[in-house]
Amino acid sequence: MNNIADTIMIFLVLTNLALLGVSRLGTCIRIVALQGAVLGLLPLVSSGGHVEWHLYFFSAVVVGFKGMVFPWLLRRTLKEVKAQREIEPFIGYGTSIALGTAVFVLCMWLSSRLPLPKEPPSMLIVPVAFFTIMSGLFLIISRKKALTQVLGYLVMENGIYTFGAAIVERQPVLVELGILLDVFVAVFVMGIAMFHIHREFDHIDTDQLSRLRT
Amino acid sequence: MSFFMLGMLILLAGGFVSLCVGRRPVPASLFGSASAVAGSLLAVIPSFQVLIRGVSESWQTDWTVPFGSFYVQIDALSAVFLIPIFGLSAVAAVYGATYLLAYREKNLGIPWFFYNLLLIGMALVVVARNGLLFLVAWEIMSLSSFVLVTFEYERPMVRQAGLIYLIAMHIGTAFLLVFFIVMGHQAGSLDFTKLSGTSSSVANLLFLLAIIGFGTKAGFMPLHVWLPYAHPAAPSHVSAVMSGVMIKTGIYGIVRTITLLGTPPAWWCWLLILIGVSSGILGVLFALAQHDLKRLLAYHSVENIGIITIGLGVGLLGIHRNSPLLAVLGFTGGLFHVLNHAVFKGLLFLGAGAVLHGSGTGQLDRLGGLLKRMPWTAFFFLVGAIAISGLPPLNGFVSEFLIYLGVFKNAPGGGLASAVVALMVAGSLSLIGGLALACFAKAFGIVFLGLPRSPLAQHAHEADWTMRFSMAVLAALCLLLGIFSPAVVLVFQHVLPEIIPFDVSPIQKELESASAILQHFVFASLLLLALTGAFTVLRKLLLGKRSVRQAVTWDCGYAQPDARMQYTATSFAQPLTDLFRIFLRTRKTISLPEGLFPADSSFHTESSDISERYLYAPVFQWVGLLLSKLQWLQHGRLQIYILYIVLVLWTLLIWKLM
Repeated sequence: MNNIADTIMIFLVLTNLALLGVSRLGTCIRIVALQGAVLGLLPLVSSGGHVEWHLYFFSAVVVGFKGMVFPWLLRRTLKEVKAQREIEPFIGYGTSIALGTAVFVLCMWLSSRLPLPKEPPSMLIVPVAFFTIMSGLFLIISRKKALTQVLGYLVMENGIYTFGAAIVERQPVLVELGILLDVFVAVFVMGIAMFHIHREFDHIDTDQLSRLRT
Repeated sequence: MSFFMLGMLILLAGGFVSLCVGRRPVPASLFGSASAVAGSLLAVIPSFQVLIRGVSESWQTDWTVPFGSFYVQIDALSAVFLIPIFGLSAVAAVYGATYLLAYREKNLGIPWFFYNLLLIGMALVVVARNGLLFLVAWEIMSLSSFVLVTFEYERPMVRQAGLIYLIAMHIGTAFLLVFFIVMGHQAGSLDFTKLSGTSSSVANLLFLLAIIGFGTKAGFMPLHVWLPYAHPAAPSHVSAVMSGVMIKTGIYGIVRTITLLGTPPAWWCWLLILIGVSSGILGVLFALAQHDLKRLLAYHSVENIGIITIGLGVGLLGIHRNSPLLAVLGFTGGLFHVLNHAVFKGLLFLGAGAVLHGSGTGQLDRLGGLLKRMPWTAFFFLVGAIAISGLPPLNGFVSEFLIYLGVFKNAPGGGLASAVVALMVAGSLSLIGGLALACFAKAFGIVFLGLPRSPLAQHAHEADWTMRFSMAVLAALCLLLGIFSPAVVLVFQHVLPEIIPFDVSPIQKELESASAILQHFVFASLLLLALTGAFTVLRKLLLGKRSVRQAVTWDCGYAQPDARMQYTATSFAQPLTDLFRIFLRTRKTISLPEGLFPADSSFHTESSDISERYLYAPVFQWVGLLLSKLQWLQHGRLQIYILYIVLVLWTLLIWKLM
């Protein structure tokens, strides 16, 4: 069991680092979709052998949303706004990856100090959850395109989801589904907002939008 | 207690209904004012029961907020404040029902909703027995009154007034927050019953915090800056409620603090008396220099808060010196003045509102001659003016008289301090009374007598019957509270033991002797009324058979006197304002007529507030300068702001885990 959970965790770390280093928006969407889909399998693995039927259902819903619906929505937006790649981010791709590695070390140290209510299924879960949240925030802070910011938001949510899977014995399905619905609505609304921003200003660069304030 | 809660529910429900139908002015006003009247009248019932029986009622339930509990209690002290709150609010609601209809094009549900919310807030402040509940109620009160102040938000002056009000209220609340935190830290709980018996240094700190925090609401002299802005900006019935009862919650807070903090040291008493004297004298002086009717009345609120505070200071001195005489007469005078001021200041603001409503302006120098056009309003305003000037036979006289009585009776044989108190209090009270009389001679004379100074005043019309009815109720109360003062004073026998930690019997004795003295006053004032009535009838009889001709009073020898040749508000007050120019610092802009054929010349005076000009303006400028140094933090980039949040959160997390 642990092996599979550990593998998922290492996959998460790799996808995070890949996101920090990739400039093409289409590739970014694909990576986030992959990350979400793999994460959807986590509850099945971490429940410790005894798998109830609702977990299958839940897993399917998560994989469906994160792996298919969100990417589809985002790709549609991408096609409409005709943006291809992140140009001139605030922090360069090489630097981003280097910083990401440093942050990962910090996360390892933090999680060694963090008291937990129960032993997580894999020792990697807590640091990786932290790292995923941080990567999402990092994307939001360091990139200019509104689409990347939405991706950062999704990655951050993935991190929170991982953390939940690590420390909570059995989350009520309703709560999980509620969070998922929130994210869905958020992505939906952000997609529409981006489309309108593009139609109005012919770009989705947030640094130029900040000139709008009076 | 159930009546009280039911009343609160009616207020809340009525406010919501009014909000829902807000776009239609008539139903909104109808629901709003009807629910305010019904809710107030229901909710006030327990207060009378408590005052008559002397047994307090309380109700407590758990509240999920940390340190909070929903603990309310109506004791005699709360009841003394609840009665004016609900009474004046009900009367003002009747008035507002038609007054607000002048603003038909606006959503009238909003002012009515917040009016009802203001009532709920004020009532909860007075009955709350838990620090947290108190602060919540305090904020409800401050914020809902802010919305009411900014009702005419299209005018820049009103927006500025609202901003000043909001800032002043929150500075005050900040001090109260510290006050309750320190107090709760000492006692381990925020319930008032458990807060008591702190060490003297902490008690001193708490007292100062209370003076600043509650004093901002009440309008003590250097903290009063919001009053002259907010009162004129609000709709008149709201000004009446704000000035009549809302600022009294500050006084309530100070009295309640006194009961919680234990035996007072001498300097608390002197501080209160000093604040009272300075607020009283400076308040009335600035009132004298004003050109706007409602602004003038706002400064009179400062003056009357001063008188109330003098009463409280004298009462506190009585506690400190173990003198039932001073304690009873001081507190009775102060608290009775709370009630009286609510009645006559409410009346005056409603009168000012009628003038504003009828003529469209509150500028004194554009009014005049309204006595002929608005006889009812003029009569009611005159009653209020007499009451506020502290003249018999009306109620304003009684409460000031009680304070005089206390210090005079205490003066002989009490040593130097007693003599000083007597001199200071009696001297300043008489100065305040005299100046108030001068000020209202000016206000009434300029607004109602003489000839109209502008077309606005020329075409003024009388207020309609609901507004007249409200004013009539308050005017009648002014007289009744004066005539029945011996009985009203006795009601305080259940209130004073809440504040004064003495035996009940000496308190009772002092109250009865005060009541006996007031009976002489009642006899004299009834005689005065009878004589006035007799002379009026006599004059009517004598004039009845003769022809009466109307003519110009005094034309200075001019062939064609003009309305602009009358005394203006400024020139009428000029001898007095010049005498006190050291405080007023009036700025005069004069261009004198020159040459043989003088052309344009002008004269303009402006008395801006000294504390505003010499205290707040420099302080705020300095703060602004300091804060502008931090402007580099503000980029306007979303990414940077998120970075700030992330950095703070991570620093906290790392710091915690170190």
